Amino acid sequence: MIWQLDIILLIIVVICALAAISVKDLLSSAILFGAYSFLLCLVWAEMGAVDVAFTEATVGAGISTAFFIGAIYHTSRRTKD
Amino acid sequence: MIRDFEGVIIKTVCRAVTPFIQLYGLYVIAHGHYSPGGGFQGGCILAASLILMALAYDIKEVKKQLSEKLNTIFCSLGVIIYAGIGLLCLILGANYLDYGILYKILPVDAAHARSLGILGVEIGVGFTVMAVMISIFLNIASGGQHEEGEER
Repeated sequence: MIWQLDIILLIIVVICALAAISVKDLLSSAILFGAYSFLLCLVWAEMGAVDVAFTEATVGAGISTAFFIGAIYHTSRRTKD
Repeated sequence: MIRDFEGVIIKTVCRAVTPFIQLYGLYVIAHGHYSPGGGFQGGCILAASLILMALAYDIKEVKKQLSEKLNTIFCSLGVIIYAGIGLLCLILGANYLDYGILYKILPVDAAHARSLGILGVEIGVGFTVMAVMISIFLNIASGGQHEEGEER
């Protein structure tokens, strides 16, 4: 537990989350969501919850990004709102 | 969505790296009961290797290796393994999924039987998670058609 590393990782996680919900391009949003999942995985691993970090890395960063990209190809790439 | 993609390097690298991803997935499942990982994570890694093949090649290539019928069989096989081990414990006179009682039919003591029981359950979970994840991806990517090439 290094609290400086915790603070830095949490700041990047929040930046990634805000970017993922505010960007207009849906493909960029999916990729930013993958980056958010991977950084959250680093936070879990740094806090000592290795099993949770493993699940986050496989499901959050690996599988769900592929699902999102598969879904985006069936809709328009840019958001309307 | 996924057309056959003209890129020799990408295709070759994806085909070469897929067995190692699958080996890692099997390692995660087999060591799930005493290290981080387990059936769910290992199944996801096994599914990710075939999703990588679907992204680099096309859906036909994946269905050549793992047909839809076999995928459905894997889906239910995992549940059968999980529930079967639970019911076996129930039949032998303990609670549902109380693996300690399995020493009656295995040539080991109760503590070792507990370890083998959880390994069997992890294998079942791995089968089902792998099959369901691949099935979800193929349905999303092809719009439920399971066909590739003509749509759009």
